[in-house]
Amino acid sequence: MKPVAFDYEKPGDLATAIALLAGANGEGKVVAGGQSLGPMLNLRLAQPRLLVDVRGLEALSAVEESADATTIGAAVTHAAIEDGRVAPPTGAFLRFVAADIAYRAVRNRGTIGGSLAHADPAADWLTALLLLDASVLVEGSGGRRTLPAAEFVTGPFQTSLAADEIAVAVRIPKLSRAARWGYYKFCRKPGEFAEAIGAVLHDPERGIARAAIGATGGAPHVVASAADLLGGGAAKAALHMVEEAGLGEDAYERQVHLVALKRAALRLMESRAP
Amino acid sequence: MTKISKASTRGVGARLRRKEDDRFLRGRGQFVADIKLAGMVEVAFVRSPIAHGRIRGIEKPAGLEHAVFTIDDLKDVRAIRVVSALKGFKASEQPVLARGKVRQVGEMIAMCVAPTRAEAEDIASQVFVDLEDLPAVHDMLQAREPDAPLVHEEWGDNVFLETLWDDDLTALRASAPVRVTRRIRTSRQCMAPIEGRAVLCHWDRRLDQLVMYTAAQMPHINRAGLSECLGIDQGKIRVIAPDVGGGFGYKGILLPEEVCLAWLAMKLDVPVRWLEDRREALVASANCREHHYEITGYADRDGRLLGIECEATVDSGAYSSYPFSACLEAAQVSSILPGPYKMERYRCRTWSVATNKAPILPYRGVARTGVCFAIELVIDAIAREVGIEPHEVRLKNLVRSDEMPFDNVTKKHFDSGDYPEAVRRAAAAIDLPNIRARQALGEADGRKIGVGFSVYCEQGAHGTSVYHGWGIPMVPGHEQCFARLSPDGVLEIRIGAHSHGQSLETTLAQVANEVLGVDPANVRLIHGDTALTPYSTGTWGSRSMVMSGGAVASACKEIARRVKRIAGKVMDAAPEAVELEDGFALVPDTNKRMPLSEVAHIWYRQPQLLPADIDPGGLETTAGYKPARDSGTFSYACHAVVVAVDVELGQIELLDYAIVEDGGTLINPMVVDGQILGGTAQGIGTALYEEMPFDREGQPLASTLADYILPGATEMPNVRIEHMETRSPYTEFGQKGLGEGGAIAPPAAIANAVNDALKDLGVEIVECPISPRRLLAAIEGALRARRSTAA
Repeated sequence: MKPVAFDYEKPGDLATAIALLAGANGEGKVVAGGQSLGPMLNLRLAQPRLLVDVRGLEALSAVEESADATTIGAAVTHAAIEDGRVAPPTGAFLRFVAADIAYRAVRNRGTIGGSLAHADPAADWLTALLLLDASVLVEGSGGRRTLPAAEFVTGPFQTSLAADEIAVAVRIPKLSRAARWGYYKFCRKPGEFAEAIGAVLHDPERGIARAAIGATGGAPHVVASAADLLGGGAAKAALHMVEEAGLGEDAYERQVHLVALKRAALRLMESRAP
Repeated sequence: MTKISKASTRGVGARLRRKEDDRFLRGRGQFVADIKLAGMVEVAFVRSPIAHGRIRGIEKPAGLEHAVFTIDDLKDVRAIRVVSALKGFKASEQPVLARGKVRQVGEMIAMCVAPTRAEAEDIASQVFVDLEDLPAVHDMLQAREPDAPLVHEEWGDNVFLETLWDDDLTALRASAPVRVTRRIRTSRQCMAPIEGRAVLCHWDRRLDQLVMYTAAQMPHINRAGLSECLGIDQGKIRVIAPDVGGGFGYKGILLPEEVCLAWLAMKLDVPVRWLEDRREALVASANCREHHYEITGYADRDGRLLGIECEATVDSGAYSSYPFSACLEAAQVSSILPGPYKMERYRCRTWSVATNKAPILPYRGVARTGVCFAIELVIDAIAREVGIEPHEVRLKNLVRSDEMPFDNVTKKHFDSGDYPEAVRRAAAAIDLPNIRARQALGEADGRKIGVGFSVYCEQGAHGTSVYHGWGIPMVPGHEQCFARLSPDGVLEIRIGAHSHGQSLETTLAQVANEVLGVDPANVRLIHGDTALTPYSTGTWGSRSMVMSGGAVASACKEIARRVKRIAGKVMDAAPEAVELEDGFALVPDTNKRMPLSEVAHIWYRQPQLLPADIDPGGLETTAGYKPARDSGTFSYACHAVVVAVDVELGQIELLDYAIVEDGGTLINPMVVDGQILGGTAQGIGTALYEEMPFDREGQPLASTLADYILPGATEMPNVRIEHMETRSPYTEFGQKGLGEGGAIAPPAAIANAVNDALKDLGVEIVECPISPRRLLAAIEGALRARRSTAA
C-alpha cells in the first residue's frame, strides 16, 4: 500500500496552481487535507502524476461576509468550522455538521472544499450544502464560474470540475432568524461513514422548506418542497421522498433512510424557534 | 504449591505498574519495522486476485526478471504441510508461492524485490499472471455438498476432518419434555493487532546462520518450521521476535512469507524485509472464527438440561496452517461445547471444511467464542421455553463448587471454581430486578432494553496429556526458565515464551520477587530469541503465566537454595535459617543480613569465601516446570450486559456491562483487568461489528478498515469487573491461564440481551455480528411471521 511515484508542487498562489494543473494533461490532482486522497493514493486507486497542494493559498482560505451570504474558502478545515472560527451564516447548523465528521484528527486536516470535490456520497458536507442550496465558486484556466452545489456534484465521486479547475470557495445563503433545521446521521459507530443521512431545513421568512437525503448510492437527493414533512402526514411524506430518491429496492436502505429523514424532521420540530 | 506471602506489594497479587510501559508509552519500543540493516531491500508479493484458479503462466516484466521470483525459482523449498494423528485427517500442501493453482484471494504468486516497498509494488504490478477461473467454494455449508467444487482435487471432497462424539440420544429425542433447535452462525472475522506481520531476514556469515526478525508469538516453532521447509539445520537458524504489537493467534503460525524471505536472504545475500500492510492482512491472511451450528438442547420443564446434540461446521479455509492445523477449531468444538454444564447425554459431529478462503487461524478464545455463542443462546432459548429467568436456568445446570474437581461429559477435568456463585454475583452486579422493573415501564425514547448473561470456561495451559492425541507437529511438555543472579545482584530470567501484550516482563518479575525477594525493578526478562532462550512452544493457549510463571518460580527456588548456602556460610548460619526478603539474605531475629548483590559478588569475585562443597552450578540454572496435572486450568466468568435496542435502526447500545471472573490466584490484578478489558473489546467486535463478507466468487468484500469495522473507544462501555480467586490445585501459585476469556463471552451475552429486549416482538437473533441490517431483517421477519399468523 504505497503510492505510485508522483510529483508534488506547493504553489504560492492560485494562478500558479491552476497553471500547474493545466500543464499536467489531466494527470494532476489537487490535494488539501488529504484525508480521502491519501488513502486512495496508498491503495493505488488514484495514480496522479502530479499533486498540487493548495493548503494555505490565500484565495482558498478567506471567509467573506455579504448581506445575503457567507463565502467560505475551500481550504477551510472542518475543525475551523466546528470551533466557530468561521462566522456561521446558518445559526449552529454548520458547526453541528462539522463536529460530527469522522474524528477530530480528520477534521483538523480535512477541508470543506476537498470534501465537496471528492464527492463521496456518504460525506456530510455534500448533503448539508445541498440542503442549504449553497454554490461552489470554481476557478480554472478559462476563468471563474459559480454553480449550484447540486450541479457541482454530478454523481458518486463525480463533479463537474474540469481537469484544470479548482473549487475555490463555497457560498452559503444566509438564513433568517426564524430558520430551523434538523440533521440526522446514522452510522455504525461514531466517525464511521454514514449509512444514511436525513436533513431538513425550514425558513418560513425565506419560503424554504427543503429536505435532503444523503449517503445514498449517488449524489444526495434534494426535495425542494418538503413542507409535508413538518405536518401531520410526515411519515407518509417521508416514505414517498425516500422512494423518490430511488431507495425503495433494498428494505434496509429504505428503512434507515426513512428513519433518518423522519428523525431529522422531528429534530427540526423539537428545536426551539429562535 | 508455593505459599504466598500475605502483604506482598511487589510479588504475587500486587497491582504493580507495568515495567514495559516506560518504553511503549514513550514510543521507544522496537518492532521489526523499526529495525534497519545496511543494504536492506524490500519485498512486495504478487497475490492472487481470484479465489480459485489454474495458473496458465506467469510473465516476469522484461528487464526485471532478476527482481521477481516464483515457485519455479524456489523449487527446492518444501511446501508447508501439517499432519495430524487424528483419524481421517487430510493434510494440505501449501506451497510457499502458488504452484499450478491458486486456492484463495491473496495467495502469493510471486515475490518482487526492490530498494523500497513502493518500487517493489511497482514491479509487482507489472507481473502478468495468466489465470483460468475455477468455480469457488465460498461457503462452509456449500463445501459439504456433494457437487461442490474441490479445493484440493486429490481429496475427493472438501473435508479436512470429520469427528464424532457419539452417544445414543434415541430415548431423549422421544421423551424430552423440552427441545429447542437452532441454526447458529458466527461470521468470518479478521484479527487486527495494531502491528501487522513483519519479517526481516539476513544471513550472518560469521555464525553461518540465518537470522530472522519476525513478529512472532512462538519463535522456536517458527524456527522448526523454517528448518523443515528449507532443509537446513535448526542450529543454522536464529529467530528473533522483538517487541510485537499484539498477537491474538495471528502471529502464532509459520508464515509462507517467512519461508520465502528466508530463501531470498540466502539467495541474494542481503537483508530482505517484508512488512504486511492492512489490506494484505484483511484480504489474504487474518481470518478466523467462522462457525455454523445446528444444535438441539433437551431439557425438562424445570429447565434442567438433559442433553445436547450438535452438528458443527467450521470454515477452515484453503490450507492447514503450521503448527495448529485446519482442525484446531472444529475438533475442539466437540470436546468443549458442554463446558461447565452438567448433562447426561451429549452427541456432536463436526466438520472442518476446506473453502477458497484464507486459512482459518486460532484467534483469542479459539473455538470457544463460537461454542459459547451456540450453547449460551440455546440455554436462553430453553429459559424462554420453560418461562424461567435465564440466569436461574444456568444456576440449575452449572457444576457446583462441592463437585470440584469435576469431569464433565466430555471428560474435561475442571480443576476448581464456583460457577453458580459467579452467575449470582453477576446478576446482582447488573441489578436484574431493577432491569426487569425498568422493562415493565418502557423507555422514554422508545428503545427496548434487555439483559443477557453468558458463562464460559477457558481451558488454559493444557499440556502433553491433552495435545499428544492430536499428533500435530507441536506437543507442549515441560516449560523451562534459565535464571542467573548477576554479579551486581540483578536477576536475569530467560524464557522461550513471548510477551506481546501479556505483560510478562512485569508479572514474571513479580514471581521472582515472590520466591527470591528480589526487587522487580532488578529483574530482567530476556525472551523472543531462539539463540538466547530455552526451547518453548511459545505463547498461546493462555499458558504463559502458568507455564513460564511456574518455570521462573522453579528456577528462582533453585537460585534461592544456592544463595542461602553462600549467605549461610558468610554469615555463619545454617542455610535453612537464612531467609530472602526485599533483596537481602538474612537470618530472622538477628542482625545478620547481606544484600543479594553481595552474595553474588562473593560467588563471582571472592570464591575463596565459599565452602568447598559449594554447588558448582553457581548462581545460574535452568529449571523445568509442568503443573502437577497438565489437563489445564479452567478460568471462567459470567458476563452480564444491559442493552438498549433502537428497533427502527437496528442499533444497539451497551448500557451496562458487568463481569464476574475467576482466574485463580491473580499474579497482578491490574494486568488481569487489562486482559479482560482488551478481550471484551474484541468480543464486542465479534458481537456487533466485525465481519469479513465474501461474494459467491470467494472475493473478500472488506479490504480496508473503512469496510471492516472494529470497535473503538466509543463502543466500549464502562465494564465493571469483579474477581473471584479460586486457586487451581495444580499450579505453582494457584494461578490459571486467563488471557482469552474476555473475547469469548460478549457475543453470547449481547445476543441474549438483544433477544431479551425483543422477546415480545418474537425476535431471536442467532447470528453475529448483530449488524443493523441483520437485526432489522430479523425484526421484519418476526413482524411478517406475526402478520401471517394473525391472518
